[in-house]
Amino acid sequence: MTTLAAGMSRRAPWGGVLLAGALWIAAYANLTLFADSVLALAALSRETHLGEAVHFFLYDTPKVLLLLTGIVFIMGIVHTFISPQRTRAMLSGRRLGVGNVFAATLGIVTPFCSCSAVPLFVGFLSAGVPLGVTFSFLISAPMVNEVALALLFGMFGWKVAALYLVLGLSVAIVSGLIIGRLGMERYLEDWVRAMHNSNPIDLALERPSWASRIDAGVVYVKDIVGKVWPYVFIGIALGAGIHGYVPEDFMASIMGREAWWSVPIAVLIGVPMYSSAAGLIPVVEALIGKGAALGTVLAFMMSVIALSLPEMIILRKVLKLPLIATFAGVVAAGIVIVGYVFNAVL
Amino acid sequence: MKNVIVLGTACCGNCENTIKLIAGAAKDMGVDIRIEKVENLQDIMAYGIMSMPGVVIDGKVVHAGSMPSREKINGWLNT
Repeated sequence: MTTLAAGMSRRAPWGGVLLAGALWIAAYANLTLFADSVLALAALSRETHLGEAVHFFLYDTPKVLLLLTGIVFIMGIVHTFISPQRTRAMLSGRRLGVGNVFAATLGIVTPFCSCSAVPLFVGFLSAGVPLGVTFSFLISAPMVNEVALALLFGMFGWKVAALYLVLGLSVAIVSGLIIGRLGMERYLEDWVRAMHNSNPIDLALERPSWASRIDAGVVYVKDIVGKVWPYVFIGIALGAGIHGYVPEDFMASIMGREAWWSVPIAVLIGVPMYSSAAGLIPVVEALIGKGAALGTVLAFMMSVIALSLPEMIILRKVLKLPLIATFAGVVAAGIVIVGYVFNAVL
Repeated sequence: MKNVIVLGTACCGNCENTIKLIAGAAKDMGVDIRIEKVENLQDIMAYGIMSMPGVVIDGKVVHAGSMPSREKINGWLNT
Protein backbone atom coordinates (compact mmCIF):
# COMPACT_ATOMS: atom_id res chain seq x y z
CA MET A 1 0.00 0.00 0.00
CA THR A 2 2.93 2.35 0.62
CA THR A 3 4.08 2.05 -2.98
CA LEU A 4 0.57 2.89 -4.10
CA ALA A 5 0.45 6.02 -1.95
CA ALA A 6 3.89 7.07 -3.18
CA GLY A 7 2.76 6.55 -6.75
CA MET A 8 -0.31 8.73 -6.24
CA SER A 9 1.46 11.68 -4.67
CA ARG A 10 4.33 11.68 -7.16
CA ARG A 11 4.80 15.13 -8.62
CA ALA A 12 4.15 15.60 -12.31
CA PRO A 13 7.43 15.93 -14.26
CA TRP A 14 6.56 19.33 -15.74
CA GLY A 15 10.24 20.26 -16.04
CA GLY A 16 10.86 17.25 -18.22
CA VAL A 17 7.84 18.03 -20.39
CA LEU A 18 8.98 21.65 -20.87
CA LEU A 19 12.51 20.57 -21.72
CA ALA A 20 11.26 17.97 -24.19
CA GLY A 21 8.95 20.58 -25.71
CA ALA A 22 11.79 23.05 -26.15
CA LEU A 23 14.01 20.40 -27.71
CA TRP A 24 11.16 19.41 -30.01
CA ILE A 25 10.69 22.99 -31.25
CA ALA A 26 14.43 23.47 -31.69
CA ALA A 27 14.68 20.25 -33.69
CA TYR A 28 11.65 21.08 -35.82
CA ALA A 29 13.00 24.56 -36.60
CA ASN A 30 16.31 23.15 -37.79
CA LEU A 31 15.17 20.36 -40.09
CA THR A 32 16.55 21.97 -43.25
CA LEU A 33 19.81 22.86 -41.53
CA PHE A 34 20.19 19.23 -40.44
CA ALA A 35 19.54 17.83 -43.91
CA ASP A 36 21.87 20.41 -45.54
CA SER A 37 24.66 19.71 -43.05
CA VAL A 38 24.55 15.94 -43.40
CA LEU A 39 24.46 16.32 -47.16
CA ALA A 40 27.51 18.61 -47.03
CA LEU A 41 29.33 16.16 -44.75
CA ALA A 42 28.66 13.36 -47.21
CA ALA A 43 29.98 15.63 -49.98
CA LEU A 44 26.78 15.32 -51.98
CA SER A 45 25.13 18.07 -53.96
CA ARG A 46 21.39 18.63 -54.34
CA GLU A 47 22.08 19.20 -58.02
CA THR A 48 22.51 15.44 -58.51
CA HIS A 49 19.69 12.88 -58.46
CA LEU A 50 21.31 11.01 -55.57
CA GLY A 51 21.87 14.20 -53.58
CA GLU A 52 18.26 15.30 -54.05
CA ALA A 53 16.96 11.87 -53.00
CA VAL A 54 19.18 11.79 -49.89
CA HIS A 55 18.18 15.34 -48.95
CA PHE A 56 14.48 14.47 -49.30
CA PHE A 57 15.00 11.47 -47.00
CA LEU A 58 17.05 13.40 -44.42
CA TYR A 59 14.50 16.19 -44.27
CA ASP A 60 11.24 14.22 -44.34
CA THR A 61 12.06 11.35 -41.99
CA PRO A 62 12.88 13.44 -38.88
CA LYS A 63 10.01 15.79 -39.72
CA VAL A 64 7.40 13.05 -39.87
CA LEU A 65 8.78 11.31 -36.78
CA LEU A 66 8.82 14.59 -34.81
CA LEU A 67 5.24 15.40 -35.75
CA LEU A 68 4.14 11.88 -34.96
CA THR A 69 5.84 11.94 -31.55
CA GLY A 70 4.35 15.32 -30.64
CA ILE A 71 0.81 14.55 -31.71
CA VAL A 72 0.80 11.03 -30.26
CA PHE A 73 2.10 12.34 -26.91
CA ILE A 74 -0.66 14.93 -26.71
CA MET A 75 -3.29 12.36 -27.71
CA GLY A 76 -1.98 9.95 -25.07
CA ILE A 77 -2.72 12.63 -22.48
CA VAL A 78 -6.11 13.48 -24.04
CA HIS A 79 -7.05 9.78 -23.82
CA THR A 80 -6.72 9.91 -20.02
CA PHE A 81 -9.56 12.44 -19.94
CA ILE A 82 -11.92 10.46 -22.17
CA SER A 83 -12.77 6.84 -21.51
CA PRO A 84 -15.26 4.90 -23.63
CA GLN A 85 -17.57 5.02 -20.59
CA ARG A 86 -17.52 8.81 -20.58
CA THR A 87 -18.08 8.99 -24.32
CA ARG A 88 -21.06 6.70 -23.96
CA ALA A 89 -22.51 8.82 -21.17
CA MET A 90 -22.12 11.90 -23.37
CA LEU A 91 -23.88 10.21 -26.29
CA SER A 92 -26.74 8.41 -24.60
CA GLY A 93 -30.08 10.00 -25.32
CA ARG A 94 -28.70 12.14 -28.16
CA ARG A 95 -30.93 12.48 -31.18
CA LEU A 96 -29.96 11.85 -34.77
CA GLY A 97 -28.34 14.92 -36.24
CA VAL A 98 -26.51 16.66 -33.42
CA GLY A 99 -25.78 13.24 -31.94
CA ASN A 100 -24.01 12.15 -35.14
CA VAL A 101 -21.80 15.23 -35.21
CA PHE A 102 -20.96 14.68 -31.56
CA ALA A 103 -20.28 10.97 -32.02
CA ALA A 104 -18.01 11.43 -35.03
CA THR A 105 -16.02 14.11 -33.21
CA LEU A 106 -15.68 12.01 -30.06
CA GLY A 107 -14.49 9.18 -32.31
CA ILE A 108 -11.29 11.11 -32.96
CA VAL A 109 -10.34 11.56 -29.32
CA THR A 110 -11.68 8.40 -27.67
CA PRO A 111 -9.07 5.69 -27.21
CA PHE A 112 -9.92 2.98 -29.70
CA CYS A 113 -8.48 -0.28 -30.94
CA SER A 114 -10.11 -2.33 -33.64
CA CYS A 115 -10.64 -5.33 -31.35
CA SER A 116 -12.79 -3.24 -29.02
CA ALA A 117 -15.08 -2.08 -31.83
CA VAL A 118 -17.78 -4.64 -31.08
CA PRO A 119 -17.89 -4.20 -27.28
CA LEU A 120 -18.10 -0.44 -27.84
CA PHE A 121 -20.88 -0.92 -30.35
CA VAL A 122 -22.96 -3.08 -28.01
CA GLY A 123 -22.13 -0.92 -25.00
CA PHE A 124 -23.34 2.22 -26.77
CA LEU A 125 -26.58 0.63 -27.97
CA SER A 126 -27.36 -0.85 -24.57
CA ALA A 127 -27.03 2.60 -22.99
CA GLY A 128 -29.61 4.00 -25.37
CA VAL A 129 -27.33 5.59 -27.95
CA PRO A 130 -29.28 5.47 -31.26
CA LEU A 131 -28.05 3.07 -33.95
CA GLY A 132 -27.17 5.83 -36.44
CA VAL A 133 -25.22 7.79 -33.82
CA THR A 134 -23.34 4.64 -32.79
CA PHE A 135 -22.36 4.07 -36.41
CA SER A 136 -21.04 7.61 -36.75
CA PHE A 137 -18.71 6.85 -33.86
CA LEU A 138 -17.73 3.47 -35.22
CA ILE A 139 -16.84 4.92 -38.63
CA SER A 140 -14.87 7.94 -37.47
CA ALA A 141 -12.93 6.26 -34.63
CA PRO A 142 -10.62 4.11 -36.77
CA MET A 143 -10.60 6.29 -39.90
CA VAL A 144 -9.89 9.74 -38.48
CA ASN A 145 -7.13 9.01 -36.01
CA GLU A 146 -4.11 10.93 -34.79
CA VAL A 147 -1.59 8.68 -36.51
CA ALA A 148 -3.17 9.13 -39.94
CA LEU A 149 -3.47 12.89 -39.39
CA ALA A 150 0.11 13.27 -38.13
CA LEU A 151 1.47 11.32 -41.07
CA LEU A 152 -0.54 13.25 -43.65
CA PHE A 153 0.50 16.52 -42.02
CA GLY A 154 4.16 15.48 -42.10
CA MET A 155 4.17 14.22 -45.66
CA PHE A 156 1.68 16.42 -47.51
CA GLY A 157 1.19 19.48 -45.32
CA TRP A 158 -1.54 20.76 -43.04
CA LYS A 159 -4.05 21.42 -45.82
CA VAL A 160 -4.21 17.77 -46.79
CA ALA A 161 -4.44 16.72 -43.12
CA ALA A 162 -7.23 19.24 -42.48
CA LEU A 163 -9.14 18.14 -45.57
CA TYR A 164 -8.79 14.50 -44.51
CA LEU A 165 -10.11 15.42 -41.06
CA VAL A 166 -13.10 17.36 -42.35
CA LEU A 167 -14.06 14.92 -45.09
CA GLY A 168 -13.49 11.88 -42.86
CA LEU A 169 -15.80 13.41 -40.27
CA SER A 170 -18.36 14.17 -42.98
CA VAL A 171 -18.37 10.57 -44.17
CA ALA A 172 -18.89 9.37 -40.58
CA ILE A 173 -21.67 11.88 -39.86
CA VAL A 174 -23.59 11.42 -43.11
CA SER A 175 -23.24 7.62 -43.16
CA GLY A 176 -24.53 7.45 -39.57
CA LEU A 177 -27.43 9.73 -40.45
CA ILE A 178 -28.41 7.57 -43.42
CA ILE A 179 -28.17 4.33 -41.44
CA GLY A 180 -30.22 5.94 -38.66
CA ARG A 181 -32.90 7.11 -41.08
CA LEU A 182 -33.21 3.66 -42.63
CA GLY A 183 -34.41 2.30 -39.27
CA MET A 184 -32.46 -0.93 -39.43
CA GLU A 185 -32.69 -1.87 -35.75
CA ARG A 186 -34.34 -5.16 -36.67
CA TYR A 187 -31.09 -6.27 -38.29
CA LEU A 188 -29.28 -6.33 -34.95
CA GLU A 189 -28.67 -9.81 -33.57
CA ASP A 190 -31.34 -10.77 -31.06
CA TRP A 191 -29.05 -10.88 -28.02
CA VAL A 192 -27.86 -7.36 -28.76
CA ARG A 193 -31.43 -6.11 -28.87
CA ALA A 194 -32.20 -7.93 -25.63
CA MET A 195 -29.29 -6.11 -24.04
CA HIS A 196 -30.89 -2.86 -25.06
CA ASN A 197 -33.03 -2.94 -21.97
CA SER A 198 -30.49 -4.05 -19.42
CA ASN A 199 -28.71 -1.37 -17.46
CA PRO A 200 -24.97 -1.57 -17.83
CA ILE A 201 -22.97 -1.01 -14.68
CA ASP A 202 -20.80 2.01 -14.89
CA LEU A 203 -17.23 1.64 -13.87
CA ALA A 204 -16.29 4.48 -11.60
CA LEU A 205 -12.71 5.17 -12.56
CA GLU A 206 -10.53 7.26 -10.33
CA ARG A 207 -9.26 10.57 -11.65
CA PRO A 208 -5.64 10.06 -12.65
CA SER A 209 -2.99 12.50 -11.41
CA TRP A 210 -1.09 14.67 -13.89
CA ALA A 211 1.98 12.52 -13.27
CA SER A 212 0.14 9.45 -14.51
CA ARG A 213 -1.41 11.38 -17.42
CA ILE A 214 2.06 12.34 -18.60
CA ASP A 215 3.18 8.74 -18.08
CA ALA A 216 0.30 7.68 -20.30
CA GLY A 217 1.48 10.08 -23.02
CA VAL A 218 5.00 8.65 -22.86
CA VAL A 219 3.71 5.06 -22.94
CA TYR A 220 1.54 5.89 -25.95
CA VAL A 221 4.50 7.43 -27.79
CA LYS A 222 6.64 4.35 -27.10
CA ASP A 223 3.84 2.09 -28.22
CA ILE A 224 2.80 3.91 -31.41
CA VAL A 225 6.08 5.41 -32.59
CA GLY A 226 7.80 2.12 -31.67
CA LYS A 227 5.48 0.32 -34.08
CA VAL A 228 5.27 2.91 -36.82
CA TRP A 229 8.85 4.12 -37.38
CA PRO A 230 9.92 1.29 -39.72
CA TYR A 231 7.01 2.13 -42.04
CA VAL A 232 7.98 5.79 -41.98
CA PHE A 233 11.57 4.90 -42.91
CA ILE A 234 10.55 2.52 -45.69
CA GLY A 235 7.86 4.86 -46.97
CA ILE A 236 10.06 7.90 -47.14
CA ALA A 237 13.03 5.96 -48.55
CA LEU A 238 10.69 4.74 -51.28
CA GLY A 239 9.39 8.26 -51.81
CA ALA A 240 12.97 9.58 -51.94
CA GLY A 241 13.99 7.00 -54.52
CA ILE A 242 11.04 7.89 -56.71
CA HIS A 243 11.59 11.59 -56.07
CA GLY A 244 15.05 11.40 -57.57
CA TYR A 245 14.60 8.90 -60.35
CA VAL A 246 11.32 7.52 -61.66
CA PRO A 247 9.51 9.81 -64.10
CA GLU A 248 6.75 11.63 -62.23
CA ASP A 249 3.86 10.79 -64.53
CA PHE A 250 4.47 7.04 -64.42
CA MET A 251 1.11 6.34 -62.72
CA ALA A 252 -0.68 9.42 -63.97
CA SER A 253 -2.52 7.69 -66.81
CA ILE A 254 -4.02 5.00 -64.54
CA MET A 255 -4.48 6.83 -61.25
CA GLY A 256 -4.23 10.45 -62.31
CA ARG A 257 -6.87 13.10 -62.03
CA GLU A 258 -8.17 12.54 -65.56
CA ALA A 259 -8.92 8.88 -64.93
CA TRP A 260 -12.29 9.40 -63.24
CA TRP A 261 -12.98 5.69 -62.83
CA SER A 262 -9.86 5.21 -60.75
CA VAL A 263 -11.54 6.50 -57.54
CA PRO A 264 -14.30 3.85 -57.31
CA ILE A 265 -11.85 1.13 -58.35
CA ALA A 266 -9.35 2.21 -55.69
CA VAL A 267 -12.12 2.09 -53.05
CA LEU A 268 -13.36 -1.28 -54.29
CA ILE A 269 -9.85 -2.71 -53.97
CA GLY A 270 -9.38 -1.07 -50.58
CA VAL A 271 -12.60 -2.21 -48.89
CA PRO A 272 -11.74 -5.87 -48.19
CA MET A 273 -8.11 -5.05 -47.32
CA TYR A 274 -6.95 -4.26 -43.84
CA SER A 275 -3.93 -2.30 -42.74
CA SER A 276 -3.19 0.45 -40.24
CA ALA A 277 -2.53 3.98 -41.50
CA ALA A 278 1.19 3.45 -40.89
CA GLY A 279 1.39 0.29 -42.98
CA LEU A 280 -0.01 2.19 -45.94
CA ILE A 281 2.55 4.99 -45.98
CA PRO A 282 5.02 3.23 -48.28
CA VAL A 283 2.19 2.54 -50.73
CA VAL A 284 0.83 6.07 -50.52
CA GLU A 285 4.28 7.62 -50.99
CA ALA A 286 5.05 5.38 -53.94
CA LEU A 287 1.74 6.03 -55.70
CA ILE A 288 1.83 9.78 -55.23
CA GLY A 289 5.48 9.97 -56.18
CA LYS A 290 4.58 8.34 -59.47
CA GLY A 291 1.85 10.81 -60.32
CA ALA A 292 -1.29 9.23 -58.89
CA ALA A 293 -3.87 11.82 -57.87
CA LEU A 294 -3.94 12.57 -54.14
CA GLY A 295 -7.72 12.14 -53.83
CA THR A 296 -7.61 8.71 -55.43
CA VAL A 297 -4.81 7.60 -53.11
CA LEU A 298 -6.48 9.03 -50.00
CA ALA A 299 -9.80 7.38 -50.91
CA PHE A 300 -7.89 4.11 -51.17
CA MET A 301 -6.29 4.77 -47.78
CA MET A 302 -9.62 5.62 -46.14
CA SER A 303 -11.32 2.51 -47.48
CA VAL A 304 -8.51 0.26 -46.28
CA ILE A 305 -8.60 1.74 -42.77
CA ALA A 306 -12.36 2.20 -42.36
CA LEU A 307 -13.68 -1.00 -43.90
CA SER A 308 -12.15 -4.44 -43.92
CA LEU A 309 -13.18 -8.05 -44.28
CA PRO A 310 -11.90 -9.08 -40.80
CA GLU A 311 -13.89 -6.24 -39.23
CA MET A 312 -17.08 -7.27 -41.00
CA ILE A 313 -16.61 -10.86 -39.86
CA ILE A 314 -16.38 -9.62 -36.25
CA LEU A 315 -19.40 -7.35 -36.76
CA ARG A 316 -21.37 -10.36 -37.98
CA LYS A 317 -21.56 -11.38 -34.29
CA VAL A 318 -23.79 -8.41 -33.58
CA LEU A 319 -25.26 -7.39 -36.95
CA LYS A 320 -27.23 -9.30 -39.54
CA LEU A 321 -26.05 -9.29 -43.13
CA PRO A 322 -28.36 -6.58 -44.56
CA LEU A 323 -27.07 -4.10 -41.99
CA ILE A 324 -23.43 -5.00 -42.62
CA ALA A 325 -24.00 -4.62 -46.37
CA THR A 326 -25.71 -1.25 -45.88
CA PHE A 327 -22.91 -0.06 -43.60
CA ALA A 328 -20.22 -1.07 -46.10
CA GLY A 329 -22.14 0.33 -49.06
CA VAL A 330 -22.92 3.70 -47.50
CA VAL A 331 -19.38 4.24 -46.19
CA ALA A 332 -17.77 3.12 -49.47
CA ALA A 333 -20.01 5.51 -51.44
CA GLY A 334 -19.07 8.33 -49.05
CA ILE A 335 -15.38 7.64 -49.52
CA VAL A 336 -15.73 7.67 -53.31
CA ILE A 337 -17.31 11.13 -53.09
CA VAL A 338 -14.49 12.26 -50.80
CA GLY A 339 -11.98 11.03 -53.37
CA TYR A 340 -13.58 13.16 -56.08
CA VAL A 341 -13.74 16.20 -53.79
CA PHE A 342 -10.03 15.84 -52.97
CA ASN A 343 -9.13 15.55 -56.63
CA ALA A 344 -11.22 18.59 -57.46
CA VAL A 345 -9.91 20.79 -54.64
CA LEU A 346 -6.20 19.93 -54.61
CA MET B 1 -9.29 -16.81 -1.47
CA LYS B 2 -10.06 -14.20 -4.12
CA ASN B 3 -11.96 -14.85 -7.31
CA VAL B 4 -10.39 -13.05 -10.24
CA ILE B 5 -12.01 -12.96 -13.66
CA VAL B 6 -10.24 -11.48 -16.67
CA LEU B 7 -12.57 -10.45 -19.49
CA GLY B 8 -11.24 -10.42 -23.03
CA THR B 9 -11.77 -11.92 -26.45
CA ALA B 10 -9.05 -13.84 -28.22
CA CYS B 11 -8.00 -11.01 -30.53
CA CYS B 12 -6.67 -8.90 -27.71
CA GLY B 13 -3.03 -9.57 -26.84
CA ASN B 14 -3.06 -7.70 -23.56
CA CYS B 15 -5.51 -10.14 -21.97
CA GLU B 16 -2.97 -12.96 -21.60
CA ASN B 17 -0.43 -10.54 -20.18
CA THR B 18 -2.96 -9.24 -17.67
CA ILE B 19 -3.56 -12.78 -16.40
CA LYS B 20 0.18 -13.40 -16.11
CA LEU B 21 0.66 -10.11 -14.29
CA ILE B 22 -2.08 -10.79 -11.74
CA ALA B 23 -0.95 -14.39 -11.20
CA GLY B 24 2.63 -13.20 -10.69
CA ALA B 25 1.60 -10.50 -8.24
CA ALA B 26 -0.53 -12.94 -6.22
CA LYS B 27 2.36 -15.40 -6.05
CA ASP B 28 4.81 -12.69 -4.90
CA MET B 29 2.42 -11.48 -2.25
CA GLY B 30 1.38 -14.95 -1.12
CA VAL B 31 -2.30 -14.23 -1.78
CA ASP B 32 -4.49 -17.20 -2.65
CA ILE B 33 -6.48 -16.49 -5.84
CA ARG B 34 -8.42 -18.32 -8.51
CA ILE B 35 -8.14 -16.81 -12.00
CA GLU B 36 -10.71 -17.42 -14.66
CA LYS B 37 -10.82 -16.07 -18.20
CA VAL B 38 -14.06 -15.17 -19.95
CA GLU B 39 -13.81 -14.98 -23.74
CA ASN B 40 -17.43 -15.15 -24.84
CA LEU B 41 -18.45 -11.72 -26.08
CA GLN B 42 -21.99 -12.02 -24.80
CA ASP B 43 -20.81 -12.93 -21.30
CA ILE B 44 -18.25 -10.11 -21.35
CA MET B 45 -20.87 -7.58 -22.33
CA ALA B 46 -23.06 -8.73 -19.44
CA TYR B 47 -20.46 -7.16 -17.13
CA GLY B 48 -21.12 -3.81 -18.78
CA ILE B 49 -17.54 -3.06 -19.85
CA MET B 50 -16.73 -1.66 -23.29
CA SER B 51 -13.00 -1.97 -23.58
CA MET B 52 -10.77 -4.89 -22.88
CA PRO B 53 -9.14 -6.39 -20.94
CA GLY B 54 -11.53 -6.07 -18.02
CA VAL B 55 -10.79 -7.29 -14.49
CA VAL B 56 -13.42 -8.53 -12.05
CA ILE B 57 -12.48 -9.19 -8.42
CA ASP B 58 -14.98 -11.08 -6.27
CA GLY B 59 -17.81 -10.15 -8.61
CA LYS B 60 -16.96 -6.46 -8.87
CA VAL B 61 -15.60 -4.86 -12.06
CA VAL B 62 -12.48 -2.94 -10.99
CA HIS B 63 -10.74 -2.20 -14.26
CA ALA B 64 -11.27 -1.99 -18.01
CA GLY B 65 -9.47 -0.94 -21.15
CA SER B 66 -5.79 -1.44 -20.51
CA MET B 67 -3.22 -3.61 -18.85
CA PRO B 68 -3.46 -2.73 -15.15
CA SER B 69 -0.34 -1.43 -13.44
CA ARG B 70 1.41 -3.54 -10.83
CA GLU B 71 0.50 -0.97 -8.15
CA LYS B 72 -3.17 -1.26 -9.02
CA ILE B 73 -3.05 -5.06 -8.87
CA ASN B 74 -1.30 -4.95 -5.50
CA GLY B 75 -4.05 -2.67 -4.28
CA TRP B 76 -6.79 -5.10 -5.33
CA LEU B 77 -5.08 -8.11 -3.80
CA ASN B 78 -4.28 -6.30 -0.57
CA THR B 79 -7.81 -5.37 0.38
